[in-house]
Amino acid sequence: MEELRQKYLEAIAGAADEAALEAVRVQALGKKGEISLKMRELGRMSPEERKVAGPALNALKNEINSAIAARRAALEDAALEERLRGEWLDVTLPGRPRPRGTVHPVSQVTEEITAIFADLGFKVAEGPQIETDWYNFDALNIPPHHPARQEFDTFYMHRAPGDDRPPHVLRTHTSPVQIRAMEKEGAPIRVIAPGRVYRSDYDQTHTPMFHQVEGLAIDRDISMANLKWVLEEFFAAFFGIDGIKTRFRASHFPFTEPSAEVDIQCSWVDGQLRIGEGEGWMEVLGSGMVHPKVLEAAGVDPSQWQGFAFGMGIDRLAMLKYGIPDLRAFFDSDLRWLRHYGFAALDVPTLHGGVSG
Amino acid sequence: MKFTLSWLKDHLDTDASVNEIAEALTDLGLEVEEIVNPAETLAGFTIGRVVKAEKHPDADRLRVCQVQTDEGVKQIICGAPNAREGITVVVCKPGQYIPGIDTTIQVGRIRGVESHGMMASERELELSDEHDGIIELPSGEVGESFAAWLAEHEPAKVDPVIEIAITPNRPDALGVRGIARDLAARGLGKLKPLEEVTVDGRFESPVKVGINDDTRDGCPLFMGRLIRGVKNGPSPQWLQDRLRAIGLRPISALVDITNFFTYDLNRPLHVFDAAKVRGDLRAHRARGGERLVGLDEKEYEFAPGMIVISDDAGVQSIGGIMGGLPTGVTEETTDVFLEAALWDPIEIAKTGRALKISSDARYRFERGVDPAFNAPGLELATRMILDLCGGEASEVVQAGEEPEWRRAYRLDTDRVQSLVGMEIPAKEQRRTLEALGFRLEGDMAHVPSWRPDVQGEADLVEEVARVASLTKLEGKPLARPHEGVARPILTPMQKREMRARRQAAGLGYNECVTYSFIDRASAEMFGGGEDATMLENPISSEMSHMRPDLLPGLLQAAARNQARGFMDLALFEVGPVFTGGEPGDEQQHITGLLVGAAGPRDPHGSRRAVDIYDAKADAEAVLAAIGAPAKSQILRDVPGWWHPGRAGRICLGPKKTLAVFGEIHPKILKAMDVKGPAVGFTVYLEEPPLPRRKGATRAALKLSDLQAVERDFAFVVDRDVEALKLVNAAAGADKALIESVRVFDEFIGGSLGEGRKSLAITVRLQPREKTLTEEEIEAVSRKIIEKVTKATGGTLRG
Repeated sequence: MEELRQKYLEAIAGAADEAALEAVRVQALGKKGEISLKMRELGRMSPEERKVAGPALNALKNEINSAIAARRAALEDAALEERLRGEWLDVTLPGRPRPRGTVHPVSQVTEEITAIFADLGFKVAEGPQIETDWYNFDALNIPPHHPARQEFDTFYMHRAPGDDRPPHVLRTHTSPVQIRAMEKEGAPIRVIAPGRVYRSDYDQTHTPMFHQVEGLAIDRDISMANLKWVLEEFFAAFFGIDGIKTRFRASHFPFTEPSAEVDIQCSWVDGQLRIGEGEGWMEVLGSGMVHPKVLEAAGVDPSQWQGFAFGMGIDRLAMLKYGIPDLRAFFDSDLRWLRHYGFAALDVPTLHGGVSG
Repeated sequence: MKFTLSWLKDHLDTDASVNEIAEALTDLGLEVEEIVNPAETLAGFTIGRVVKAEKHPDADRLRVCQVQTDEGVKQIICGAPNAREGITVVVCKPGQYIPGIDTTIQVGRIRGVESHGMMASERELELSDEHDGIIELPSGEVGESFAAWLAEHEPAKVDPVIEIAITPNRPDALGVRGIARDLAARGLGKLKPLEEVTVDGRFESPVKVGINDDTRDGCPLFMGRLIRGVKNGPSPQWLQDRLRAIGLRPISALVDITNFFTYDLNRPLHVFDAAKVRGDLRAHRARGGERLVGLDEKEYEFAPGMIVISDDAGVQSIGGIMGGLPTGVTEETTDVFLEAALWDPIEIAKTGRALKISSDARYRFERGVDPAFNAPGLELATRMILDLCGGEASEVVQAGEEPEWRRAYRLDTDRVQSLVGMEIPAKEQRRTLEALGFRLEGDMAHVPSWRPDVQGEADLVEEVARVASLTKLEGKPLARPHEGVARPILTPMQKREMRARRQAAGLGYNECVTYSFIDRASAEMFGGGEDATMLENPISSEMSHMRPDLLPGLLQAAARNQARGFMDLALFEVGPVFTGGEPGDEQQHITGLLVGAAGPRDPHGSRRAVDIYDAKADAEAVLAAIGAPAKSQILRDVPGWWHPGRAGRICLGPKKTLAVFGEIHPKILKAMDVKGPAVGFTVYLEEPPLPRRKGATRAALKLSDLQAVERDFAFVVDRDVEALKLVNAAAGADKALIESVRVFDEFIGGSLGEGRKSLAITVRLQPREKTLTEEEIEAVSRKIIEKVTKATGGTLRG
């Protein structure tokens, strides 16, 4: 018996492939296999003999079966390994190209601004880009022929002969949206209004189209001190610099009174601008308390309501934050620029994830 | 507006430094743009003495000078004719920057002889245009600072010049006195009283003044007087220095005096050479067509209604804007007529703009000149003319009256604090207004005559706030309108735009922002370019019309990028297009443009040209991102800038187009210089209906445990049969059982013959109640074949 066991275990171990292994199995356990024949002989044995030989033969059969299964698995593994060795690929070849799209800095920064002001309860208001001169000027306390009108470098729309209305304008600022928003919603109100604005100016630092965001908050007792807080909170969140300082300087805008130009703290180190540190100041926006005449023009009673408005350049904020040097390049669509300064589709600015792409 | 520190000190008694004054001005709203302090430019230049001067051995015009300096005797080569022994000079040492020649001095050799510096002329130090020789000082010790010497002996030459920006509401600050008044109110000194002068007339003016009745609204007051026997030479040095310092050219005493009054007291004046005036002077409206050569020597023609001043010979002055050359004063003038008048700001602005004249007078009159200062200004100017030019003055002639300017507004000191959010005591508020010239009676503040901008209570708040200094303002938290977690604020349309943008970027497009205006030819190619969308004053012909579509801007961008060598492009823009010239004639689009190949060459052979199915898939992806209904139809009638056979509209019915996609018409590509292939899509962001809000809960998911069955069919149809027709026919065979029908193959021509194609579809059957039997599947299949055959005229492919 031990001889049989030895013989077949060796044969199994020596089987080089599946066919050889099957041959061994047939030889040992097939219908006419050596072990099968021995099992058949059990019937002819005496009960005593059978008691000894039966379990021994069964154990042998099981052991041989297990050995065959193990050898089969080993053979399969070896065969697979052999196949995989032949399936070598150059993993350093490039993957299939996937185009990588980008979001323009103006869109990104607009979303950043929106996310921050949304947290303070400001909605987003909109208005047309071709405006009547009433919304763009008169309602904002800039009467016709006032010198302030000349300072806007306004684009005028063509008027058909016989149409005697004053020409429409391309809005020179986002401020007319203040009027439209108040007309629609009345007071109290909190909105920002980002969008395209137009002025007839083209040089190193000016383009005939650029982007502004207007802010407007009207309530019973909103003060200029609230404006300062809101702007400081905004800049801290926008630039990601806690405690960034602003400086208010008296100025004049026809639609606010008092009016202030607002500077943010900055310094120049080796020709590089650094926001939020140092002793220098950089002008970033104009603001003030909404002029009673503007509230009246929009149908809001200035004896009951007061509040602030501000306007700042989105492109300029983008340039300051992301170190983009040239405004004109914003509108040139140079692929290299779009890829370099653009943002990934998934860079959605949120307050919990951060507003810096 | 420019002025010098010493000029300011004529009106302001102050010890404040230039920098303190500059800071206060900016803070007060008179923003300092530039300070030029010559003492700073001249720092480092010292006084020296030429102890020996000999002819240069190799140059007749040059002298080799030995100059005593604070660093010992230096050898300096000099070409100035006056370089000679014994003179006191200004020494520039090696390493010093010479502003007038924009050069830093080096030790050098001039024709073989070493030179250790330079002796400067006035021009080289930007002190004057004098360059005939080097500076020779009448005094001064060797080694003494030249700037210090100037400050002592010629202070005008080191007088700091301050330039400030004036906002349009502050005409009073267009005179140095107005600036001084603001600084005094801020506490930076004391405003000196203005001398009150009356010059008695010695004779009756032979020239009278008048205002036509129809002109009194444009010229309410016209005063003047004749001064005879004047001598109009150069003005005194101090006056010339002042004018030069602020960039004006001294001309003659009479002209310089009028310029001085313009800048000193914001009181523009005009002087006529009385000998050249025929008869009296009269302000009136032009009939139209009159002409006058102005003091700028240009000829102007007047439109009807413009206000001018005429004598018996014709128009002699453009009232309040510019005098005329024929009656202008010269060095020979002996009798002068001095004019002081008031002009309506709007009339001045209109006329000045129409004639394109920018003069100091126009600038001031269109902002507002003190109406109560007309007579005092005339008297002061008379005094100065008599002092500087001699002569005697006539009595004053006058037409019109001082217009009414008196008004008062209530000062609500609580409201000031509530608006500004700063504690400014009521007493301080009143003091501020009084310092600015307001007169307070109870709580009524009477506005001074020189502040036309103060037109209401809010303006009082501004005055108080700016003098109190907004720099001191402390931020105060603004409560949220809603306590607790902030609420969402975007409208569905705003979200839609954002999602469309990020979807397009996710699909691999680069976002562009192009100008809203394009050239007429491009606008016309895309259905625009009509006069209603034209700008009256475009910045260039490339930007003359509002864009009717986003494609032209993107195609131009593509052409620019191709010119730079980038041939494969995926660009998109989100923004407005303009259907007309009225507010609201705007639509919000997103347009994507694919040009060239879908990707770079790669080892996997995946590079291929872009085609309309890329554009269509992207259009559908953007539509899905913005929540547009999935079920739509495709129509082929598209605008002319698309390839007529390779473009379609994605619609909900023929009148509701959600998007358009296709290949750009080859003619357009040629015209816009873009190398194709080029395909694109536009999604009309406002068109897809907004989904009706049903809360956040989704409909319950119904899953079947029964296995779905797929069956494939291929049909041979005419080539122009559209796949969608076939798909819809198949889907209609059993609406309950058929879950989806999808085209998976198209084969054109070949053995099928000319004009034929095979379309293969796979139909997915989803049983609902029990597993399908082979017979049931057969029955549906037969029905599908029947429906498709009937709808398309095709046959099942054998």
